[in-house]
Amino acid sequence: MQVQSMFFKESASKKLNDAVLQKAMKKAKSKFVDGRAASVATIDNWEDIRTHAAALRDRVIANLDAYLIEFEKNAIRRGSVVHWAETAEEANAIIVEIARKNAVKTVTKSKSMVSEEISLNDALEAAGVKVLETDLGEYILQLAKEPPSHIVAPAVHKSKEQVAALFVAHHHKPLLTDISAMTREAREELRAHFLAADMGISGANFVIAETGTTLTVTNEGNADMVTTIPRIHCVITGIEKVIPTLEDFATLIRLLPRSAIGQSIANYLTLTTGVKQANEQEGPEQMHIVLVDAGRTKLLGDDMQSMLRCIRCGACMNHCPVYQNVGGHAYGWVYPGPMGSVLTPTYVGIENAGDLPNAATFCGECQVVCPVKIPLPDLMRKLREKQFDLHLRPFSERFAIQVWAFFVKRPVLYSFASRMGARLAAWMGGREKLIHKLPGIDGWTDGRDMPAPEGKTFKELYRKKYASRKTNP
Amino acid sequence: MSARENILARIRTNSGKQGATTEQELVAARAVITARTRGPLPTFARHEPIAHFIEECDRLKTTLAEVHSLQDVPAEIARYLLVENLEKKLVGWAEFSALNWTGARIEFINRAANANDLVGLTGCFCAIGETGTLLLLGALATPKVTALLPETHICVVKKSRIVPTMEDAFQLMRDEIGEPPRATFFVSGPSRTADIEQTIVIGAHGPYRVHVVLIP
Repeated sequence: MQVQSMFFKESASKKLNDAVLQKAMKKAKSKFVDGRAASVATIDNWEDIRTHAAALRDRVIANLDAYLIEFEKNAIRRGSVVHWAETAEEANAIIVEIARKNAVKTVTKSKSMVSEEISLNDALEAAGVKVLETDLGEYILQLAKEPPSHIVAPAVHKSKEQVAALFVAHHHKPLLTDISAMTREAREELRAHFLAADMGISGANFVIAETGTTLTVTNEGNADMVTTIPRIHCVITGIEKVIPTLEDFATLIRLLPRSAIGQSIANYLTLTTGVKQANEQEGPEQMHIVLVDAGRTKLLGDDMQSMLRCIRCGACMNHCPVYQNVGGHAYGWVYPGPMGSVLTPTYVGIENAGDLPNAATFCGECQVVCPVKIPLPDLMRKLREKQFDLHLRPFSERFAIQVWAFFVKRPVLYSFASRMGARLAAWMGGREKLIHKLPGIDGWTDGRDMPAPEGKTFKELYRKKYASRKTNP
Repeated sequence: MSARENILARIRTNSGKQGATTEQELVAARAVITARTRGPLPTFARHEPIAHFIEECDRLKTTLAEVHSLQDVPAEIARYLLVENLEKKLVGWAEFSALNWTGARIEFINRAANANDLVGLTGCFCAIGETGTLLLLGALATPKVTALLPETHICVVKKSRIVPTMEDAFQLMRDEIGEPPRATFFVSGPSRTADIEQTIVIGAHGPYRVHVVLIP
């Protein structure tokens, strides 16, 4: 996917004025946030499970080469072909070549964010292969020709009226108003394609070193169709998705659906290992697994390494006050919210990520809800520092920080200046005690008033209180 | 150098390790794998798996009925099909071929389901109390499509095969058949989606109805 993250500010302003989006985001927020809280509350040792999960992800990441080699060995032993791709282009070329070699004309696909990273659908279409997304959300977006705006609920930004209009345009059937009827119509449209497709493409939530298994988590059952019915199954996934054992999966699946959508379990957990056996009447004759780097190894040994723990639940964005207001498209690449503000600069380059590391209030909620305890605010803070060091921030910001640094290194001067500043701000606040316009940062006061301070600094008040305590013990 | 070698080399270099992956490191990874350490389990999940299974099925919108023996299954299914207003025709796994279907006035066909079949009957390898989950293992006699393509999936579950957790289900699989077969499939209730306005709709691409018949 083409990176548009440098336009975050402009895009975010537009999204804040989009009435349909604002309504959709409000609805989603309450469902995701309340749903997760209720579901997590049913587990008495949630924190222990999180701690165990973070540690098991860290152990794999610290020995990623060894676990990938074990996974590859077992996958091959079970009849899969394992491919490695360093870049998006390589991954696309591998899959296009599999399609070409096997005369594949049609592909059904279950949701894969890695395939969004590399624009796999475009590459296949360019090679003359028809690709159909089968996750309902992804299918809607394919009809709308839009990228996903959420990693779990890709069409969260769409209203049912917009979906109904898309279905009329593409299915040529009467307009529907009921969500169940729309879902049934999509099911009926897609059924024939499931049965006829030459190749199925799926992502993988995890791949298991112990058994050479790839694994998808869905509610719809589409991944089961895609991995069972076509004669070729191709899995595309990131190299960081490997976990050692089935037991590790059992731990992670206690966290993933609860964090993502407040469900104790997803409806379908689909483990696929190898190809159709001689005694079977279903299953693919070929199973290909494409392990993609595309920027992931850059995080190893870097202060961003803990981001590789991510299990793609989306809880960080669901709980982010910035995401809740601007939606996913404003972030300009595949991964929105706090995880995107870390992944976009690290995968596609910090120079392309614009304001993303700054698109945070640092309320810390993302870290609190992260099932694998990724310190997202810390990572974003470090990215801000990197942007400053690389001279990627605007002159005005650099200048302001340098001025502040000058004062803060001189305590007497700093204390004098803050006393003056507090008094000036109190005067500016007037009787209402609200500042309507701050010269120099009027962008901030355009949308809100700043409460004016009382006129004295904390130090002044503290000194006064301390002095009075001394005299009246 | 191939992409594989480049990626593995980059992993090593960036992680501050010298040379290629050593035999010692592979042995250490294999030791972690064979240890199969279990993570912490929620307290409630450790006991009374059958009671939890029944409770969780209800939450997942899986309907459930209990009968005294395998022989009573056709009568229960006849009752269910009548209540749900479904045709009295089943496509199912071979293990149910010998039951008295004609006595229950049901047409039973032993084959893998296709997209035209409306009701599929399967057993399961085991079930999980913690989450109300069915574990199906695909094989010649136990095709996965029968649980997937029809609008209604009926599953016969032996109470003696309800284990407390997913960890227990994996251990049982290792003990009885070894490695996971090609299609290892956990089903928890009818298929659903919330992709339009986060409104939950039952019946996405998989079954609209999952009905469990419990036997001893």
